[in-house]
Amino acid sequence: MSTSEQDKRHVVIELQDVRRDFKVGGEVVHALRGVSFKIYEGEFVTIMGTSGSGKSTLLNQLGCLDTPTSGEYILDGTPVRTMSKSQRARLRNRKIGFVFQNYNLLPKTTAVENVELPLMYNSKYNARQRREAAVRALQAVGLGDRLEHKSNQMSGGQMQRVAIARALVNDPAVVLADEATGNLDTRTSFEMLVLFQKLHSEGRTIIFVTHNPEIAQYSSRNIMLRDGKIREDVQNDNILSAAKALAELPKPVDD
Amino acid sequence: MNFINLFKVAIRAIASNKFRSFLSMLGIIIGVAAVIIMMAIGQGSKESVRANIAQMGTNVIMIRPGADRRGGVRRDPSEMQTLRQEDYEAILRDKRYVTYVSPEVTSSGQVIYGSNNTSASLYGENLDYFDIKQWEIKDGEAFTEEDVKKSAKVCVVGTTIVKELFGEGADPVGKTIRFKSIPFRVVGVLKSKGYNSWGMDQDNVLIAPYTTVMKRIQAQTYFSSINCSAITEELTDEAIEELTSILRANHKLTGDDDFTIRSQQEMMETMSSTMDTITVILVVAAAFSLLVAGIGIMNIMLVSVTERTREIGLRMSVGARGIDISNQFLIESVLISVTGGALGILVGFLGTRLCLILGLPASIPMWSIFVSFAVCTVIGIGFGYIPASKAANLDPIEAIRYE
Repeated sequence: MSTSEQDKRHVVIELQDVRRDFKVGGEVVHALRGVSFKIYEGEFVTIMGTSGSGKSTLLNQLGCLDTPTSGEYILDGTPVRTMSKSQRARLRNRKIGFVFQNYNLLPKTTAVENVELPLMYNSKYNARQRREAAVRALQAVGLGDRLEHKSNQMSGGQMQRVAIARALVNDPAVVLADEATGNLDTRTSFEMLVLFQKLHSEGRTIIFVTHNPEIAQYSSRNIMLRDGKIREDVQNDNILSAAKALAELPKPVDD
Repeated sequence: MNFINLFKVAIRAIASNKFRSFLSMLGIIIGVAAVIIMMAIGQGSKESVRANIAQMGTNVIMIRPGADRRGGVRRDPSEMQTLRQEDYEAILRDKRYVTYVSPEVTSSGQVIYGSNNTSASLYGENLDYFDIKQWEIKDGEAFTEEDVKKSAKVCVVGTTIVKELFGEGADPVGKTIRFKSIPFRVVGVLKSKGYNSWGMDQDNVLIAPYTTVMKRIQAQTYFSSINCSAITEELTDEAIEELTSILRANHKLTGDDDFTIRSQQEMMETMSSTMDTITVILVVAAAFSLLVAGIGIMNIMLVSVTERTREIGLRMSVGARGIDISNQFLIESVLISVTGGALGILVGFLGTRLCLILGLPASIPMWSIFVSFAVCTVIGIGFGYIPASKAANLDPIEAIRYE
């Protein structure tokens, strides 16, 4: 892919020499030491790195949960660094969909209500529109028949699907997945990857943070972090099909 | 998040921890119930005191001899001989705001009938006295004008005297009793008034013509006091002014009064303000339990914030602002305290009922319910504030990964 070709696409995320320092005791720890990259609309990017590589810090930056010490982060055309806490909350609400490792569903709450949660903080939606959007999102992740199931009545895979539906419900500019398959067994992990690939094929921008190198094979681009810097940023021209991999897995032994 | 949704979230949070929410409500329930019962008892006692005094006549005015102070020295009113027959006659002649006037000469001592004896107060009065103090005759009748004029040795007795001397239910009319060895023929029995609010048995009395008591028992020419009644309660002040000017003219006074006029109304106000003070003390004591209850709510809310750290982190990461989170917890604590308050009012009502059954005077002042509600809201906001701002200031990065 040539540079000119890339530039025509819409830039969703742009990091310009982002640095993030933490003071631990008397010492300054440089978690990010000048990270720059652009992510275009429709990319499925995996961000990989060992623990301590700065990938969690980078994720917090991308998710507008934190601001850079220096450098600039532009999310969908909006510079984030100088934003106030509540401006960032609003930005997260409108532009970002989070998927966490441990699902983070509200306990004793139905799937629909969990998915509605982000829209609760958006006054543009009334109760009916909220529910409609939530039902649509749940159908998109294949849980159209489990709308009223409570979070404690679902399997890990189902809970993660609900979490993905929740991340999609506000039609975000980017879906941020933090070790989204980390708590799941191999089979369910592949099911999730199938879902992410489906979303990717529908034009979603997905950033998937993981320490599992295998997942990179299923994404369109892989960014490797080490010691707070980008070590490698490669396009994946040979994207494997997660659906195929899932089909090749040994069949589960049913009781 | 809008208010209705916040409200739903709060209700769900409370419902998911029913027992714990109930326990923290319990403090408020007890506190509010205690405040309401204390207020009810205070108010009830006040009303019963007022009713008691009203029973004695709210328009009663008492004239006693002697100024409160003369030349810096306070003298015993009984030594004073300033109220005399001429004063009584002057009042009768010039009164406009006063309806009834009765001179009073009092004595106390032993009353004897057969082998029974008791000690009692003897009031020497005229017929107006029965109207002033609203005494009614149960059996027989009152003495007559004629008896007063002739200093007849007749008397009307209270029910306690009847009980002590003749036994319960006996008819003493026509019998002769002795007071300080002077024989009195009983002509009537007073209807019972019971004990007054400061514990005095109002039925342990004998009422005889004042002339009789003055001449035959006390051998004095002056009155212990003069009781009057104003035309109406509202005209008491005018009546007091009138009586003052009559007596001052009659005594040819230029300096201080040599008599003191007090009205029942004044006494009622004094008693009421005493009861108010007691009520305030009771309510303040009860209010401390509300304070403790508030601290209990704060404690449980702090626990709740810690427990729900991940939920808070999640809400923040999907776009909740600090204020959304703090509102959520504030509404929850207000809901706990206001629900507790409502239940407390209910318990207070039942408690007041119980007080009435147990014979304690109690009546709930309506405003105390509104005050309780307002106080509960304030407690909810006040003690919910610290937990709510703690929740709002959580770092979403740490909160979402909190274990």
